[in-house]
Amino acid sequence: MTSPNLRIAYRFLTAKKRAMVMSLSCTVLGVGLFIVTQATTSGFERFFTKTILGINGAIRIEDKIQDTMRSMAAAGGGDSHFARRDGVKYIEGIEEPQALMAAVREFANVRGVSAVVRGNVQLQSAFKAEDAQVFGIRLEDHVRVSDLAEQVTNGSLEDFRNSPTGALVGRVLADRLQLAVGDSLVISARGASRRVQVAAIYETGYREVDKTNVYLHQAEARSLLKRPGGATFLQISLHDPARAPQDAARLEQVLRHSVKAWQEREKTWLAVFRALRISTMITVSVFTLIASLAMFNTLAMIVLEKTKDIAILRSMGYERRDVTRIFLWQAGIVLAVGAIAGALLGAAVTWLVSQVPLPINGIFKTDRFIVTWDPAHYAGAVLTAVVMVMVASLIPARRAARLEPGDIVRGTAQ
Amino acid sequence: MSPPPPAPAAGPAWALRCRGLHRHLGEGEGRVHVLKGVSFEAERGQVYAIVGPSGCGKSTLLYLLGLLDRPDEGEIEINGRRMSNHDDAARTAARGEHIGFVFQFHFLMLEFTALENVMMPMRKLGRLPPAAMRERAHALLDSVGLGAKTHRLGTQLSGGEQQRVAIARALANQPAILLADEPTGNLDVRNSNLVFDLLTRLAKDNGQAVVLVTHNPEIAQRCDVTRPMRDGLFV
Ligand SMILES: Nc1ncnc2c1ncn2[C@@H]1O[C@H](COP(=O)(O)OP(=O)(O)OP(=O)(O)O)[C@@H](O)[C@H]1O
Ligand SMILES: [Mg+2]
Repeated sequence: MTSPNLRIAYRFLTAKKRAMVMSLSCTVLGVGLFIVTQATTSGFERFFTKTILGINGAIRIEDKIQDTMRSMAAAGGGDSHFARRDGVKYIEGIEEPQALMAAVREFANVRGVSAVVRGNVQLQSAFKAEDAQVFGIRLEDHVRVSDLAEQVTNGSLEDFRNSPTGALVGRVLADRLQLAVGDSLVISARGASRRVQVAAIYETGYREVDKTNVYLHQAEARSLLKRPGGATFLQISLHDPARAPQDAARLEQVLRHSVKAWQEREKTWLAVFRALRISTMITVSVFTLIASLAMFNTLAMIVLEKTKDIAILRSMGYERRDVTRIFLWQAGIVLAVGAIAGALLGAAVTWLVSQVPLPINGIFKTDRFIVTWDPAHYAGAVLTAVVMVMVASLIPARRAARLEPGDIVRGTAQ
Repeated sequence: MSPPPPAPAAGPAWALRCRGLHRHLGEGEGRVHVLKGVSFEAERGQVYAIVGPSGCGKSTLLYLLGLLDRPDEGEIEINGRRMSNHDDAARTAARGEHIGFVFQFHFLMLEFTALENVMMPMRKLGRLPPAAMRERAHALLDSVGLGAKTHRLGTQLSGGEQQRVAIARALANQPAILLADEPTGNLDVRNSNLVFDLLTRLAKDNGQAVVLVTHNPEIAQRCDVTRPMRDGLFV
């Protein structure tokens, strides 16, 4: 049996169709817009995160920490090997990558680790020359800490694997040098040069990377850069990238090397996304606020119009709390319908937005608007609407409950 | 005025009793001493008429007796229980259980059908199963001559019809006390008699106390007791 209060609420509400439709549409818009903005802003943020994790992994280890003044003196001479950051002294590079990698693999959250040798080089194609950075990798290790496998657009990783003098060249760099798969180019560094072949062309969408990074087999890079041992850095991928800062802190403590999580590395862009999220949150809150004001207005109007009915109800034994409930039920009906319709609207608009062509290239590459589908957005939208509309409805509902039947029938209720 | 017959029901004979009721209305300069120490009692099974010129305080008294308003001074007893200084919840419960009230003006909740209006107090009290509520509401509407219009909305009924639905509604929970402010005010002679006969029959058959305010001398005459009122006091 439905409660009499709900029946009464429904009739009161439907008797004021225009006001009801008004607050209902505000609620639908508030919920729908909330979902769409969440889906779109977090869509770009997640895509950016996936892109940079696919390039640089979740954690990077570089530069050994110099423990004491004495050991620094013992290490001797070359100033260029020392750097001072935040009062800590570092020795550039990683001396014993194999031992360090073994230690890193002990961490439960670590999915893969790859030692990389890096150096500045000059590239010379038949067409022109460009500065670039060479990354010497062991392919089997590196595909576990990056999305290299998916980033290849021309040629194949197989070709790279099978060719000791093969190179992976970024899309932008390849275009500048007018290189195609199979072309050869000359890489020079520190006075030496070697000829390599383009085994594949990759594209990450992150322009800085696609413009400068060239991947070589590690042996090839070592002889080119004249670094027979050691590594420039270790790149690590995690099962749960969100935990990277904690893992980085532990790794730094245990390994005595400088360890950086991606959240710190990319904090500028992440801050931009956070600002974007906050600003859209504000816009959306304004909409939800309008929805709650509309509900307030509707209920206040119904209270005014139904004072006599309130007196009749009270004379029949309906309590103050029944009156409160009758008005809160009205908000509840609007919220229930508004939440469902708003969620459907949100989903529909999110889908439409995801079909909008929008070529972006720079910090990631996409040709469509990026959205995420996350039930949390829907729950968040509904919860926000429920809280704000209910709070706004409480005021007229309690006002209605406070009315004295005697005052109403004499016409002196205010 | 004939002497009241013995009460048919058990318990205290007085369904309703009040002593020395005072009520002021208005604020500041406009404050009026409307009721000036009214005392009144209503016995089970009796029909009372309160008569008097317009503005003498009849409605004001009825609101106090119906626990819709609080007196500034004085006592009200319902079924032997003192109600005047009870809290709102107790007074509301007493209204639902023991008192049926018919207002002088606005009678119905207009978005609801006649049947729904009559079922409204029963739904709150929740004593009967829904089917029985419906049946009883039909019977009550029949007895006020509206058996054919049970599914009309309040807005689709004439003033007199609305008034009769309001009377049926006031009887819904079989209250011990029925308070009616001019229940026949909008009715033609035939319907006035119908309503009055119904109220008298209920008083006699169920032992309900009926108190009605009326300007109609014929109706007043047919009541068991007539109490003339003037300027805030019974005379
Ligand atoms: N809010 C108020 N402020 C001041 N005086 C009021 C107020 N309401 C009513 N009164 C006065 O109280 C008096 C009693 O009013 P009441 O409605 O009880 O009269 P009544 O006997 O029912 O009259 P009627 O037969 O016209 O219905 C009237 O003189 C009226 O002017
Ligand atoms: Mg009156």
